[in-house]
Amino acid sequence: MTALHPAAPDARDLTARPEWPDATGHFGPYGGRFVPEALIAALDELSAAYEAMRVDPEFITEFARLQRDYTGRPNPVTEVPKFAEHCGGARVLLKREDLNHTGSHKINNVLGQALLTKRIGKTRVIAETGAGQHGVATATAAALMGLSCTVYMGEEDTRRQALNVARMRLLGAEVIPVTTGSRTLKDAINEAFRDWVTNVETTNYVFGTVAGPHPFPAMVRDFQRVIGDEARAQVLEREGRLPDVVLACVGGGSNAIGIFTAFVPDADVRLIGLEAGGDGVETGRHASSITGGDPGVLHGARSYLLQDANGQTIESHSISAGLDYPGVGPEHAYLHDMGRAEYRPITDSEAMEAFALLCRTEGIIPAIESAHALAGAMKVGQELGPDALLLVNLSGRGDKDVETASAWFALGEQGAPTDSDARAVEAGRGADPGPGLDEDQHATDGAVANHEAVAGQDAGEQA
Amino acid sequence: MSALQTVIDGAKAEGRAALIAYLPVGYPDVDSSIAAMVAAVEGGADVVEVGVPYSDPGMDGPVIQEAVEVAVSAGVGMPDVLRAVAAVSAAGAVPVVMSYWNPIERYGVDRFADDLAAAGGAGAITPDLIPDEAAAWLSASERTGLDRVFLVAPSSTDTRLAATIASCRGFVYAASTMGVTGSRATVGDAAERLVDRSREVSGDLPVCVGLGVSTGDQAAEVAGFADGVIVGSAYVRQLLDGHGAEGVRVLSEELAAGVRRARVGA
Repeated sequence: MTALHPAAPDARDLTARPEWPDATGHFGPYGGRFVPEALIAALDELSAAYEAMRVDPEFITEFARLQRDYTGRPNPVTEVPKFAEHCGGARVLLKREDLNHTGSHKINNVLGQALLTKRIGKTRVIAETGAGQHGVATATAAALMGLSCTVYMGEEDTRRQALNVARMRLLGAEVIPVTTGSRTLKDAINEAFRDWVTNVETTNYVFGTVAGPHPFPAMVRDFQRVIGDEARAQVLEREGRLPDVVLACVGGGSNAIGIFTAFVPDADVRLIGLEAGGDGVETGRHASSITGGDPGVLHGARSYLLQDANGQTIESHSISAGLDYPGVGPEHAYLHDMGRAEYRPITDSEAMEAFALLCRTEGIIPAIESAHALAGAMKVGQELGPDALLLVNLSGRGDKDVETASAWFALGEQGAPTDSDARAVEAGRGADPGPGLDEDQHATDGAVANHEAVAGQDAGEQA
Repeated sequence: MSALQTVIDGAKAEGRAALIAYLPVGYPDVDSSIAAMVAAVEGGADVVEVGVPYSDPGMDGPVIQEAVEVAVSAGVGMPDVLRAVAAVSAAGAVPVVMSYWNPIERYGVDRFADDLAAAGGAGAITPDLIPDEAAAWLSASERTGLDRVFLVAPSSTDTRLAATIASCRGFVYAASTMGVTGSRATVGDAAERLVDRSREVSGDLPVCVGLGVSTGDQAAEVAGFADGVIVGSAYVRQLLDGHGAEGVRVLSEELAAGVRRARVGA
């Protein structure tokens, strides 16, 4: 495999794009623009401004500077050998998007779109958010660039992710809880579109994922592909070969497209997207749009979605707010149909087991979204065995998920579970944490045992 | 000849604008919604937009959302819509389906066209389908002789305005304001400017105005420059407030008087 690929990361043109979508935003039969005419002018303006910007040396320099000095790119690739023991002995490398400023891959995209907003002379941005990561990233970019910011978030999600609501408000954004429909991400998107169509003269919609009408799927992919461009070069440099499999979680699918894109031409590299399986695809309570849905139109594009016989969107279910979305980006639908990428569901329980495992074995608390990709690595590693090299996109960190995990594993005060996450409480409070939680609590060699430790307030006395 | 254009031209021959009423199928339930549509016709509506409930009505404001959510939850679908179409036709008005695109695509575009034509429907208004994406619907409507109404907006460029209107049959839907459906205190100058721009390229195709009209006075104002006046949220408000078919009839009478009134002071 090594011989097929040049080792030098700059040997390929990083601005080169896949041959899709076409000029009107179609990925085969998917994508396009299914929006009210009132938005077409804004989408055209955005497309034209973006196409001019992406090849403008001034933008390229400024974007690179922000990624380096503000986001902290490039972030590392970390090998996780103790976690990998649970992956059939396969070697596992994590791409550390969790180490980005604001804690996830979302910042990659919003910095690009915020620069675009300034370029087209608009002063206000709006965004939808599920887990809150995209909302936090947008609020951050808005603060940095002096834009006013409104974030729409399903009321259900504002409860699940209260910490991120507070973060957005600290950053100066207005957070509007959405109380229509299922009160989650899909309804936040509807509300953001309604805002946009009303305020389009002053406002740019900073879309958070590779879904929505053209140009969002292609533009967000271009801003996110840095993940795979970096990771491909990093893996080649340290291993002298490409990974056998690249894994990423898929809700709307931006982190997955971000890491997949660089590898799409590498035919020997398997690309696997892990969808949120909720209680299991067979139960109907899941968010696996490709595995358990059909092609249709939602939020401005044709792709796979969860829908009933009348074409009504079916409410999705996932413990992970960031994956709790009944649609998926059109490029994923296309990659699926052409057989270039595979999509598999991971249940809430499988994801939470992987979540706990990475915490305990490697000292890394992943986002529950990313834990779906980790769970995928556990399965795929066991299928492929010890020689396999897996690259997993750790798309975000789990600080925001501590409450959910606490409820799931009953880590809070015994007998006094919070009801802040009804789903976790209902589905799995006190769930067996799996091999990740070391019940015996072996102390690390050489560590000071708890009863020998000096309490913080006394530490100075004995130093 | 297009069924929609025939009725709108007929109104014009009477020296007035046509009244187009929107009501969604399935609120508060299918039978009551059909009764409300018939009442709208009895009150004076020339055309009824038979609304297909949809879970993600991105172009609709809170009033229509509230009603439609009930219908979606109740599982109201295309068979109910076709029943409403037949009822409106029997009541003597021209029914046109108003639907976001996914319910039609899910039902099957050709099947939808065949069944709609068989039920006596004139055609369909598709608020989130632009002609650029409408190949399947253009050919199905061509084959079945159905009208197809696309929207134009104040933000449409001249090029798009011309291309979109060229794809329309029945009438052109001028979305008067930038925004979602719902009552507004004023309809605004944007509507008249958009109608003027549309007329430059619409030939003899009628131009009707929607979004924001809720009273007889507003209907009179819009009737002063448009071929048809589209009212949605105000009708739905009658049902949400519990006034039922009788409330719809009374509103229709007020609006029908409005479209017959010469514009005052404008």
